[in-house]
Parts: sequence; structure tokens; C-alpha cells
Amino acid sequence: MISYPRWKIVLVAVVLVLGFFLALPNLFGEENALQLARDRAAVSDTDRTAVLQILKDKRVTPTGAFLDQGRLTLRFASKQDQLKARDMIAEARPDQFTIALSQASRVPEWMRSLGLSPLKLGLDLRGGVYLVYQVDVQGAVKQEIDRHEQDFRASLRNARVPYQDVQVDYAQDRVRVLFRDADSFDKGKAAILSDNRNLNLTDVTVGGAPALQLVLTPQQIQQREDYAVQQNIVILRNRLNSPELAVSEPQVARQGVDRIAIQLPGLQNSAEVKKILGKTATLEFRMVDETNNPLEAASTGHVPLGSKLYYTRDKQPVLLKRDVVVTGDQLTDATFQPNTQDGAAVSVSLDSRGAAKMLKNTQENLGHLMAVVFIDRSREKNAQGVEVDHTTEEVINRATIRGVFSNSFQITGVNPIEGRELALLLRAGGLAAPLYSVEERAIGPTLGQDNINKGVNAMVFGMLAAFTFMAIYYKLFGLLADFVLAANVVLLTALLSLVGAALTLPGIAAVVLTVGMAVDANILIYERIREELRNGVSPRAAITAGFDRAFSAIADSNVTALIAGLVLWLFGSGPVRGFAVVLVLGIATSMFTSLMGSRALVQVIYGGRRKVDHLSI
Amino acid sequence: MEFFHKATHFPFMHTRKIWYGLSAVLIVSSITLVAVHGLNLGVDFTGGVVVETNFPQAPNIEKLRTALAKADVKEAQVQAFGSSRDILVRLPPDPNVKGEQIGAHILEIFATVDSGVKLQQTAVVGPQVGQELFVKGAMALTATLVLILIYVLLRFTPKLALGAIFAVLHDPICVIGFFALSQMTFDLTAISAILAVIGYSLNDTVIVFDRIRERARTARKLSVLQVIDESINQTLSRTLMTKLVTLLVVVALLIFGGETLHGFSAALVIGILAGTYSSIYISSALALDLGLHTDDLLERKLMKPEEVDGMP
Repeated sequence: MISYPRWKIVLVAVVLVLGFFLALPNLFGEENALQLARDRAAVSDTDRTAVLQILKDKRVTPTGAFLDQGRLTLRFASKQDQLKARDMIAEARPDQFTIALSQASRVPEWMRSLGLSPLKLGLDLRGGVYLVYQVDVQGAVKQEIDRHEQDFRASLRNARVPYQDVQVDYAQDRVRVLFRDADSFDKGKAAILSDNRNLNLTDVTVGGAPALQLVLTPQQIQQREDYAVQQNIVILRNRLNSPELAVSEPQVARQGVDRIAIQLPGLQNSAEVKKILGKTATLEFRMVDETNNPLEAASTGHVPLGSKLYYTRDKQPVLLKRDVVVTGDQLTDATFQPNTQDGAAVSVSLDSRGAAKMLKNTQENLGHLMAVVFIDRSREKNAQGVEVDHTTEEVINRATIRGVFSNSFQITGVNPIEGRELALLLRAGGLAAPLYSVEERAIGPTLGQDNINKGVNAMVFGMLAAFTFMAIYYKLFGLLADFVLAANVVLLTALLSLVGAALTLPGIAAVVLTVGMAVDANILIYERIREELRNGVSPRAAITAGFDRAFSAIADSNVTALIAGLVLWLFGSGPVRGFAVVLVLGIATSMFTSLMGSRALVQVIYGGRRKVDHLSI
Repeated sequence: MEFFHKATHFPFMHTRKIWYGLSAVLIVSSITLVAVHGLNLGVDFTGGVVVETNFPQAPNIEKLRTALAKADVKEAQVQAFGSSRDILVRLPPDPNVKGEQIGAHILEIFATVDSGVKLQQTAVVGPQVGQELFVKGAMALTATLVLILIYVLLRFTPKLALGAIFAVLHDPICVIGFFALSQMTFDLTAISAILAVIGYSLNDTVIVFDRIRERARTARKLSVLQVIDESINQTLSRTLMTKLVTLLVVVALLIFGGETLHGFSAALVIGILAGTYSSIYISSALALDLGLHTDDLLERKLMKPEEVDGMP
């Protein structure tokens, strides 16, 4: 008898069964589905029941309905049902859900509840859009400096302290407040500190006069940059999840220091999404300067102190007070109302801080005019290739304050076409720093399916050739190897489904390559066994020696491939990373199957026999 | 079935000068090709725009070019890829071009030639990203090489390690030379293939070296040259069989994998061929010429002083 520990055989059996089970969800295929998401909230179980009831009333039965990561997926047997259901839900619950058309796996409920899911397909197999945005982190730091400048001015103005100037130096990350004399300096410093306690201010002398200086520390700058990227990720997610853009399973992730990568599987036309994603629109509420003549200010270029010149959409000049009543970041909700008595409007809710300010302002300024300024920052390259920050500031609405209000009100006078977009942008929040697109890839759905077919074909024919060769060349042992290779592919699929790594076309190539490498390990063992037999060793001893001696060679030769795979994993992105993931996991599974799996199999076949005269190799 | 039923006795080491010459020719011509022809860098590395379209019938490429020129799309390269119905348009990087617009725009222009045209894929890569990806790719290559060198140095004696290192450099150079010769698009997938080749081609060398070490320990009477020749012959069937099977699957990739994987699979085929050749003919031969001695191969040198004294 050939000895081999029983527990190893049991382990192999357990792993194989487990692997088969984990890989099972991939056999069910996909069908048409709807994905329901809710703006800034998860879809709940009650929503599910309600939606199912709506569909039941209209006699459309989904073949499956499940909640996953805050989204409700409904599967349908036919495309017609899918479309019908979409219209019904949109009609019965207008503006409640984002409804995206997608594909979902037919995996039964009990499997899903066990956490079993099929392989995720990469964009090159599924079709979709891949976007990489560069976050303008320097712009974010500039904004921070600007904010300090405005705060300082406001503090000094409120405390009625005279000052010469507030100077900003972006290159030095510095804000300086220049005073005329020591007295105003002391008062000014006290005023600024009482408003912003945590500032690290230094006293300096500029041109013989006292000044107060704030320099951002490298840590503060980094924090600000990090914040800008993180915040932008949150906001992009919010925007992608809004009902106005029906996108299924968007993925937003940080890439490197200042980039954000977005995957939008199944999306065909990226134009609309891109338009919304890159927008940095926000609103400001300001009081109108009613004492000065805006036409005069516009023609002479001389703007009265404490006011700022704006233009309306139809290019009419307007003078607004410098003090902002409420800014866009104090907004908590915004919804588009297409038909109010005053035409299209956006209803707005404010947070408590904004509400308090608005309350105070409306009490003090009853009967006066308040304006809404729409601000859109974008960054574009001009003809010389130099990046230019482009800020559009438009007064979209001026209205007399007719009553006292605080946390919710309506902005009328919005353009009905843009109202929807404006509501979305306001609700999702303003970007913490401008974004610009640096990479964009769009893969059509037919190409995705085409890629799957090609990958599968290559895999099937490649494996068939390898399997046939092995069976002919090594007879029974070759068949064993084939079995082990098939098990290897199953285990690899199981592992990939388990980690949730997306399968890409290079990933399929890696599966094929893994088969080649797993064959290598088996051949190494078999050739060794043959060699031992040729040297006149008994079959039993040849098996033991073959497996034992080949071990170090197999381990050694896989280490180098593993190194290459790991480096690729670290450096690569997108499809290349997909290749690396499969390669690394494939090396692991092929080591396991060829060293332990085939040994256990040989043991099962030859181990129990009293006498082994001949090996079919 | 068995191709190598009898143990083979090819005198690999005696002919090594010829193989050195062949390798030198391969390396020099690869480097010359890259220097003269250059690599046809993909949009991943150069930045720019690639739009892939599919026509119901093979279009007249000249007509497409004229249509683009008429619509004022400048510096466009138009070429068929894969099949004659698949047309690829490549544009140099332009900061003002937006992906979703250029794809639709080119489709519109092509629709004037054949209205059945479909948009398959667009990629817009900023010049900065392209440069970064190139640097990243180069870094990945260097990191892999350095790590493998460290591994080889730890695992084998310095002379064997040098032989292995040469083999590791030899194979990717041949692959890159092939890319320069064929002017196939050299992109990120090509780099991953080269990395896989580096990882995989060393595999044979390691196995031969493993055997050399084992033989040196068991057959102490043989000279180094004999040990190497025997080891290569003993592992020959294994080396050729595994490479044959791997080539089978990779050729399947080359035939069925489509245009996206074309460069990738071609790189693998060349890499596997070069790797097999270099591990049989070059790496151990180099170690031999570097003055490899049986003593180098014995992990513990159990030589006693008297024995040294007793030597002539």
C-alpha cells in the first residue's frame, strides 16, 4: 500500500465540494432586470413589498426580487415585462426611485442569502463607461484660502475695525491682514480670533505697519486636499444615485492621490452623465443693493463699496450686497417643481444654520429684494493649452421678500429645462474642488458580448487541446490530470466569485494561461514518475518519489510567476489588474490541485491496491 | 505514448558557441529594431483618442479618410483591425476633444459612407495619463526584474544566478524586438504579457538548475559539463512537453481571442519560444563559462583539510 495521510484526501474533497458550490452561481445566466435605488437612502424592505404590490395589481410578476447594498433588483422573464414594470413603478411612485435597466443573475434566493454570487464581469466584457477624473486639489486649497480671506473681512467689518487690506498669496498659501496702526491691529486680531478660535495666526510687520498672517501648514494643505478628494467621491456617488440619472451599480473609487475612477457598467451614452458629474454648480442668496444704480456701475466700472456687480441671464446688470445670506452648502434638499403658479420652481430646504440666517434676514429685510445667484465653476483649456478656471455667476432670480421664512421656500424663475438639473446638483451638494476628465473609455454592449464569446471560445478550444493531449500522452494519469485541471478552473472560478474580483478579457486569458501552468506542474510530476520507472524503481516508490521530488521544482518555478503577478496587481489598473488577480489566484489554485489534488486522486486509485505492477502513464 | 522513451544524450554544452551567437544576433537585432523602427505605442501610452467602429460590409478606407478630411478631423489614422469590417480611428491627444462627442462625431461622419456603421468602443486618454501609464509600466517591468533577480540570487549560487538573469533579460528583449518588427500595438496588455513571460520563462531555467544541483550531489564523479548536459537531457522531455501544452492553449488564445488579445497572445507565444530556447541552450551554458564548479553546487562543502592537502 502507498501511504498518504487520510486527512489530506478529506481536505481535497472538502475544498473541491466547497469550490463547486461557490462556483455554482455562475451556471444560472442572466435575465432582464430593473434596479431601483433611492436618492441618498437605502431602499427598504417595505419599499420592496410596496413595489411588488404595484406590480401585482397590474399583473406583471417579476421572477425575482431582492435587496442588495441598498438597491432593489427585480428580475423579469422578458424584455417587455421589464419595460412595462419600469413604466408602472415610475407612474405609481413618481420621483421616488432611480430606475435603471440592467441585467441580473438568475441565482435562486436561497443561494443569494448564503452570500453566493456569480463572477462580476469587467467593463470590457459587460460594456459600459470608465471615467477618470483629476481632482484639482490646488484649487481646493485656493478655495480654503479664499474662505479665510472672506471670513477675515467679515469679522473685521462686523466688529467695525478699520483695516488697510486683506491680501492673499496662493503661492505661499498665505493670507495677510494689513492694519494702519497698533490699536486697530489689536482690535482686529481680537475680532478675528473671536470668530475663528482655532486659527494659528502670527503677528508680522509689513512695510512698517502691523499685520496679521495666516499660513496654511503642510498638514492643513494635505488635509484639505484629502478632504477635497473624499468629499468629491461622496458627491459624485450622490449625483450618480439620483433619479435623474438612471445608472445601475455605479462604482466610484479613489485612484492614486488626486484621481477618481468611475465605472458605469452598461451605460451607453456618457454625455449626460459627464455633464452632470463635472458640474460644480452651487447657489448663493444675496440681498440686492437697491440704493445704487447698477447700470451706472456697469458703464463706469465703478462698483460701490460693499456691493458686487452681477448680471442676469439676459445680461442685465444687478448690484448685490457683498454679504452672502446663505450659501449652497447649507442646503439640505432641493426638488424640482415643474408646475407652480409662478411657473417652474425649485423648492429648497436649509439646514439649521442656514435656516437661522434666512429667518434673521427675512425679518430684517421684509419688502426688500433678494437675489439667487447661480455659480458654475469649470476648468477648461484655452487655445494655447493653458488651463483656465471659468466661473459663471448669474443672477437667476430676484424677488421681493413677502414673508418671513426660514428652512424651506421656493425659488421661482428657473428655466424649466435646467430646473431638474439644478435640483439634482443642489441636492447632491457642490464639489469640494473642480474636476476635469483625464481618461475616458466607452465599450459598446455588442463588443462586450463579442469579447465574452471570444474569451470563452479561446478557453474551450485551448483546454480541449490540452486535455486531449494529456489523455493521449499520459493515458490514465493524463485523464487524472484533466480532471485535476478542470477542478482547478472550478476552484479558480469559485475563488474569483468569492473575492468579487471582476473578470476581464485579459482575466480570461489568465485563466487559459493558468491551465497551461497547471499542466506544467502535472507534467513535471508525471515525467518524474516515468523517469523513476525507467530507473527500475517499483511503481509505488515511483509515485511517492515523483510527487515528493517534483515538489521543490513546482514551488520554485511558481514563485517567479507569482512575483510577476503580484507586481502587476500592484501597478496595474482596469483590465491589467484583472489579469494579475486571476494569475495570482490561479497559481495558488494550480499549486493546490496539482500537488494535493492529483496526489489524493492517485492515492484513491492506486493506494488501496495490495500490489501495483503497472502504472498507466 | 511517449516521445522520449529512451533517455536522450544531446551534447548541448559542446555546441554552446553557436547558440551564444544566435542569442547575440537576436538581442542585437531586437535592440536595433526598437531603435530604428520604434514601438507602435498604443493610446494607453501616447494619450489620444481611439474610436472603434464596426461596418456591416467592408468599407472603402480611402472613402472614410476623405470623409474625415472633409469634416475637418485632422491627423486621423484610419485602419482596419481584426477584420476588414472593423475600422479603427486614432487621433492625437487634443485637450479640447471630449470622448462622448468625438465618438458620436466620427460615427456621424462614417454614417455618410455607410449608414449601418456601429460604434464599438471609444477611449480618450489624456497625454498626462498616457505618460504616467508608460512610467508605471516601465516601473512594473523593472520591479519584477529586480525582485526575480533577488529571488534567483537567494536561491542559487551566484554563477547559476547570473545565467538565470541573462535568460530572464533575453526573453523580454526578444518579445519587445518582435513588437518593433511587427509594429503590433504595444499597450498595457502587451506589458502584462511581457511580465507573464518573465515570470514564466524563468520556470524552465529553475527546473534545469534544480536538476543540476540534484545531480551534482548524487553523481559526484561527473564533471560540471557532464552534470549540466545530463540534467538538461533529463528534464528535456518535461520542458518540451509543458511548453507544447502551454503553446497549445496560447495559440488558441491567439486564434480565438480576438483583436484585443492579439498582441497579448503573440507576445506570449514569442516569449514562450524564447524562454524554452534560452533555458535549454543559454542559461546553464553561461553558468558553465562563468566557471561554475561542482563545489558551487554542493550546499555544504564537507571538505576536510587533509583532503585538500592530499590533492595534487
